[in-house]
Amino acid sequence: MTRPMAEESKPHAMVSMYLTLMRTSIITQFQYRAATYFYMIGMIVEPVIYLVVWSTIARSHGGSVQGFTPGTFAAYYIVWMLVRNVNIVFAPFFWEWRIKEGNFASQLLKPVHPIHYDLGEFAGGKVVVIILWLPIALALALVFHPSLDPSVLQCVVFFFAIWGAYLIRSLVLWALGLITFWTTRASAIYEAYFLSELLLSGRLVPMQLMPKWAQQLSWAFPFRWTFAFPITSLTGPITQRELLEGLAMQSLWIGVGTLLVAMVWRRAVARFSSVGG
Amino acid sequence: MQGRDPHRTGAARLALTFLRVGVMNEVQYRVNFFIQLVQSLLTIATGLTALALVFSQTDDLGGWTRPQLLAVMGVFTIVGGMIRSVIQPNMQRVVEDVREGRLDFALTKPADAQVLVSVRDVRLWQLTDVGVGLIVLVIALIQIGDGVGWQAIVAFVGILAIGLVAIYCFWLMLASASFWLVRMNEVQELFDGVYRAGQYPVGIYPGWLKYGLTFLVPLAFAVTVPSEAVTGRLTWQAVTVAGATTVVLLALSRWFWQRGLRRYGGASS
Repeated sequence: MTRPMAEESKPHAMVSMYLTLMRTSIITQFQYRAATYFYMIGMIVEPVIYLVVWSTIARSHGGSVQGFTPGTFAAYYIVWMLVRNVNIVFAPFFWEWRIKEGNFASQLLKPVHPIHYDLGEFAGGKVVVIILWLPIALALALVFHPSLDPSVLQCVVFFFAIWGAYLIRSLVLWALGLITFWTTRASAIYEAYFLSELLLSGRLVPMQLMPKWAQQLSWAFPFRWTFAFPITSLTGPITQRELLEGLAMQSLWIGVGTLLVAMVWRRAVARFSSVGG
Repeated sequence: MQGRDPHRTGAARLALTFLRVGVMNEVQYRVNFFIQLVQSLLTIATGLTALALVFSQTDDLGGWTRPQLLAVMGVFTIVGGMIRSVIQPNMQRVVEDVREGRLDFALTKPADAQVLVSVRDVRLWQLTDVGVGLIVLVIALIQIGDGVGWQAIVAFVGILAIGLVAIYCFWLMLASASFWLVRMNEVQELFDGVYRAGQYPVGIYPGWLKYGLTFLVPLAFAVTVPSEAVTGRLTWQAVTVAGATTVVLLALSRWFWQRGLRRYGGASS
């Protein structure tokens, strides 16, 4: 940022900052496409395991479990891959490294909240991930024959839901990672968080296959709005009412996340002291 | 830069010395044991939940019953713990050293470089997974209830060792790739991702994936075949293929490592 902020209107400056961050991160990620592809291949395996296990079960039960056929499972888990890759954000584990390396101190001196840098950089990375995902999705579609037939409304909602999921996870995990300012032994807390997420988000299985109580419990957490909702908004089955309900719940969690980040950040940064590096 | 073939006892003594120092280093951080234990328990809880969800809808998965799959999960956890305690830390250090140009320190020592880089690190506390996995395996075997003979135990241990060697070779090749590709941080994610596939017997996967998990990433030999040994499903064919593939992998990975090393010599700053 060469010009002082005051010269431009603030929203305009923010937009151009985001665009610059995204552009830089797209270029960086493309330079390391081999590494990014490695990473994505590792990521394919998880949904393929779930997909194979559940299609095997569906087939051995006359073609479907709880209304899911091998085709709908395939659609669910192929879209799962995209949603998962988009909702990977700055992980709480890395806060320790970030603080220790000392390069975080310089971010504090800049006139914008440091979360904007993460949001912008990671969002740029997503563009690359989406492009790299397309051939993988095509290959998986040829192998597993997904049955996917979304309406126009579903496609529109999906577009917003996937970025809503990105925002919710960014905000909540950022706030969680700030625990590092108090203790560096929080990894067990993070693990417990990710385990609850795995079980209550629709990441392991579609929500419909979980016990009733778990489905109800999932309403108390942000998890299902960052996995199950964006996925089913495209693959269905989902009603128009559920689509709107989902978007509303996402907005609610974006609000909660923003509030959390704002509150915890103020306290956390007061504890920060830099060591010369 | 390549040393002469190591004297057999020399390599073993070297490994033991490094192991002793590594263990001494690790016991300084005793709290890590509890952190690691919590982590192992959470991981196994995840696995058990996944199994419970599967078996809430069915009684058998590709011909495997619930206790049999529990045994597979036990073996999967044991092998994962072994990999993360002795194989992975060493191989990741190779990747880092190549990038930072620090591999010279290992290469200039008067021992075979491959042996040296393979024994430098040990993560003692990752062995909590081995403990937790053993408990799960024993519970599964009690549930199966047929009684496991000593032959099965011997076969299990032997094949497990072969499988671990195969995994080591695979990791060595991954690590050697860092001589050509600079950024390999994601390689661990790649391996962890693929390794998850081992929590189910490879037989349930479609052909291309099954063969990939057998010959490309030799997971089948490390997890599925040993599990077959303790659940009374072992065939001679599987043992032969595992043994032969591991011998090929040993030679191949050594060749690949040495080619990489030659390249490192040319590019060092």
